[in-house]
Amino acid sequence: MSWRITWATAKRVLTQLSHDHRTVALLIVVPSLLMVLLRFVFDDDAIFDSVGLPLLGVFPLIIMFLITSVAMLRERTSGTLERLLTTPMHKLDLLLGYGIAFAVAAALQAAVATGTAYLLLGLDTQGAWGWVVGVAVGNAVLGMALGLFVSAFARSEFQAVQFMPAIVLPQFLTCGLLIARDQMAGWLEAISNVLPMSYAVDALKEIGAQAEVTGTLVRDLAIVFGATVVALGLGALTLRRRSG
Amino acid sequence: MKGAVEVSDLVVKRGGKEVLHGLTASVSRGSVTGLLGPSGGGKTTLMRCLVGVQVVTSGAVYVLGEIAGSPGLRHRVGYVTQSPSVYADLTVLENTRYFAAVLGAGSASAEQAIADVGLKEQATQLVATLSGGQRARASLACALLGDPELLILDEPTVGLDPVLREELWAMFASLAAAGTTLVVSSHVMDEAGRCDRILLLREGHVVADDTPDALRRAAGTEDLDQMFLTLIQQRAEVA
Repeated sequence: MSWRITWATAKRVLTQLSHDHRTVALLIVVPSLLMVLLRFVFDDDAIFDSVGLPLLGVFPLIIMFLITSVAMLRERTSGTLERLLTTPMHKLDLLLGYGIAFAVAAALQAAVATGTAYLLLGLDTQGAWGWVVGVAVGNAVLGMALGLFVSAFARSEFQAVQFMPAIVLPQFLTCGLLIARDQMAGWLEAISNVLPMSYAVDALKEIGAQAEVTGTLVRDLAIVFGATVVALGLGALTLRRRSG
Repeated sequence: MKGAVEVSDLVVKRGGKEVLHGLTASVSRGSVTGLLGPSGGGKTTLMRCLVGVQVVTSGAVYVLGEIAGSPGLRHRVGYVTQSPSVYADLTVLENTRYFAAVLGAGSASAEQAIADVGLKEQATQLVATLSGGQRARASLACALLGDPELLILDEPTVGLDPVLREELWAMFASLAAAGTTLVVSSHVMDEAGRCDRILLLREGHVVADDTPDALRRAAGTEDLDQMFLTLIQQRAEVA
């Protein structure tokens, strides 16, 4: 792989985003607006602390999943992916380029959403807000990696957007946000144990409850990171230089 | 010296159907070879084989002395697909700069390539706002970056007005004179006259492989459309 190509790709993806002002506005504003909505729906500081905090990590995952699966599908259908794979570009350059670009976008998004939650809505956590932003960025990259992988199975943008409810919503339902994971039926808990979003949410709950960096937090983050690497690896397998 | 392209007994299946049936051909260096014939004849499939993006059933494809698609060829071969493969949400210049960075060519070459295809005035325009012919030229500009030794161009002149077509063919000729090998597909027969050599493909078979003059003589006509019809009929009678 080559850093020159990786970096050029990250810059290119960010340039594409920057031309699309409406998408940038939606990316940055929507999670914050949802946090405001959530705060007033519950109208209770304690519940907001326990539900709003994990959602700061869930939103970036969902949004980046959607954006990446559509962006990658476009690369495939427009012929630009095939063209890139005839150049010296390594698959890893493309994957990391997308990863860096969306991590930058996610950092901006998470900083605004987290700032809104802490400063405007009075979110209260034991751990530092910087960790919350960090986990949100990690989740965004996980969402990107998952979106990249599943885009290989979509033939159209209609199909691509429907992978969101198919792949992400089951994780959302079982991640422990609606009902604590250990209170679910055994087989459901087993499923939630192998889905990466569960650990993203656990990590944020840990930051909410503990002032110090705990072993649990480190383990959860390691699992999210590992899931990202696996998804990127699977995504790389779907990038074929030769096709039929 | 071996040719820039050596294809032997190439068989390719797409979608379960055989589209190239044991095709053999070669292209010499520093020439413009026209790949002609009706659509569905296997022109695009053959070009995909040369670039190394097509799964090949059997046969051998050598490009610039290496097996087609080898890593060593990736900065030596430029490829333009039939539908423009550039980013619609980037400007022309942003597109060429990106592909220049990927190919390790300088950013000066990004501007030069735009000038070469006559898009200087549209350089800072988003590709999405360009006309079809302009998009095709933006896509061509990205393939010129890094001075590839072999250019594979799939229908580069579709939708262009006669003046632009003339300019592009003049550019192809000057590239060939400078040593670049070009394989250009077209279904417009009068473009065949601009090539050094013509490979006529029909239904996955080579119908003819010769210089335009020799083919005109063989068919006994100056008109290229007529020549094509005659050659196909002659071939049908032999078979």
